[in-house]
Amino acid sequence: MKALTWHGTRDVRVENVDDPEIINPRDAILKVTSTAICGSDLHLYDGVIPGVKSGDVLGHEFMGEVVETGRDSTLKNGQRVVVPFTISCGACFHCQIQQYSCCENSNPVEKQDMSATLYGHPMSGLFGYSHLTGGYSGGQAEYVRVPFSDVGPIVVPDHLDDDDVLFLSDILPTGWMGAENAEIQPDDTVAVWGCGPVGLFAIQSARLMGASCVIAIDHYPHRLELARQLGAEAVDFRTTNVREALMEMSGGIGVDAVIDAVGMEAHGFAPDNLLDHAKQKVGIGADRAHALRQALLAVRPGGRVSIPGVYGGMADKFPIGAMMEKALQVRTGQTHVQRYSHDLLEKIEQGELDTTFLISHRLPLEDAARGYRCFHDDQNEWTKVVLKPGMTSTQEKSS
Amino acid sequence: MSTSRTATLAGSLVTLGVLTAISMRATQKSKGSPKKRDDAPDYTHKKPDAGNTLIGRSVTIRKPREEVFRFWREFSHLPQFMENVESVHKEGGFTVWKIKGPAGCNVRLVCRVTDEREGELIAWSSVEGSDVRTEGCVTFTDAPGDRGTRVSLTVQYDPPAGEIGRFIAKLFLREPAIQARHDLKRLKMLLETGEIATSARLRSQTRAAQKENSR
Repeated sequence: MKALTWHGTRDVRVENVDDPEIINPRDAILKVTSTAICGSDLHLYDGVIPGVKSGDVLGHEFMGEVVETGRDSTLKNGQRVVVPFTISCGACFHCQIQQYSCCENSNPVEKQDMSATLYGHPMSGLFGYSHLTGGYSGGQAEYVRVPFSDVGPIVVPDHLDDDDVLFLSDILPTGWMGAENAEIQPDDTVAVWGCGPVGLFAIQSARLMGASCVIAIDHYPHRLELARQLGAEAVDFRTTNVREALMEMSGGIGVDAVIDAVGMEAHGFAPDNLLDHAKQKVGIGADRAHALRQALLAVRPGGRVSIPGVYGGMADKFPIGAMMEKALQVRTGQTHVQRYSHDLLEKIEQGELDTTFLISHRLPLEDAARGYRCFHDDQNEWTKVVLKPGMTSTQEKSS
Repeated sequence: MSTSRTATLAGSLVTLGVLTAISMRATQKSKGSPKKRDDAPDYTHKKPDAGNTLIGRSVTIRKPREEVFRFWREFSHLPQFMENVESVHKEGGFTVWKIKGPAGCNVRLVCRVTDEREGELIAWSSVEGSDVRTEGCVTFTDAPGDRGTRVSLTVQYDPPAGEIGRFIAKLFLREPAIQARHDLKRLKMLLETGEIATSARLRSQTRAAQKENSR
């Protein structure tokens, strides 16, 4: 089959690799119909996530048609399903209390040592996201093996297009959980750093949860415009003093909740970020946590901090004093996708959530390497890339 | 040859688990040993007592205690989750373990059960005719709430070539503590989910297939 494989920093290629097989009883094989490139795939592309090996198949946002099932799978051939990027067994202590992204049984034993050393505990398995999280082949391919297929995949109705439901795999529940972790109350003023897909979905979710004012922070005009269309007020950090603006826009109180949808590769020329850049370049495992530092200083005393943005290593000059002295609550984590799948599917069906507005490009799988390059280099225009195995280049469209 | 054999022995022992805990405790008592520094398990001390090679590891499995106990007590199940153990079979009142190491080097252990309490504990020890001396004990206790069963394995062994043997074993990633942790996690996966997670894309790439092929 054809698949997008990683070969090094900014080197991904579409190659022929072996088709996946059913291995364990609860497995299923999908024929992928749509798969997206995620902002967090760019961390792999930039080589800032450890444990990626040459030849690894990337992709953790995908959906498709069931073409083969193991003995204990509950899926049937021909069903259309969206697959959560988190692999969860459904049976362990964490899965039972709906902490699906903390599953103890989905990361193969021999792969657990690295994340256990880094983080104190092993991570769960994730699709196509380095050997820290299992080394599972991802969904930017024609076919994919889905373990625990009786737990993760959600069957979607035929009247919804792939584009309507594809983002149930990651960025929609991630944005939703980002807002939920901010414990938004009616009348809140909420600030969201980063207007990538997760930030945009967090903005939409925060509005739906009753926030009276959402402030979006980014530097790409097009992304800020998308945020405005969702009802947010835009702040361009290149031209505006963000903390001063947030204080003024919240009437001198400070924002009630902050959401960091940026993560470990913050943009901008703030002094702390330039220093972080240098440290990340030399590969000492330092994250660029500028957005998070700013968020911790901007949030009002007693406020809430939610971090859906991905971090993988260490951050220094971390304002721990602001966190303690201002009595902040901090919540974060990889998304417990399965916890939200059904409710969010219902909201899509009822038209409460718009999931397609951010798709800027639809490309054949064969063009995936170009998709990565443009998504990385032209973030203003390329807001979200969906890859369609089987699509021909002449059908390529940009909305 | 000596290198791979050493690695094999150390690794193997792990799986075997071994006994110790009980005999050690007995020894300590009879010596009227000094009061324990704290309530943590002995094997978590930063400086293990010289001469003792004791390892221990616990895992909590979300299954009833009786079920976990019975699965373990049927020793022929052990190769399903113990990576180095090729087979375990009964011979008279003993169990014979065939353990595999790098470079096709096999180790044979003849063990007898030295203590057994239904649903609570199994202890065993190697006897004459074994390639290595080792003892092990596994205990089963109820975990708080509905978390299932806490399984704790302690193993004591004579390191094949002392410190050097363990150093070499570590290079082969068969250092007993690591092996014990991996084996217990595989047991947890097997009992909780009915399968052992693998990220292989092809059946031929799984560890189970590779274990089978290398026989």
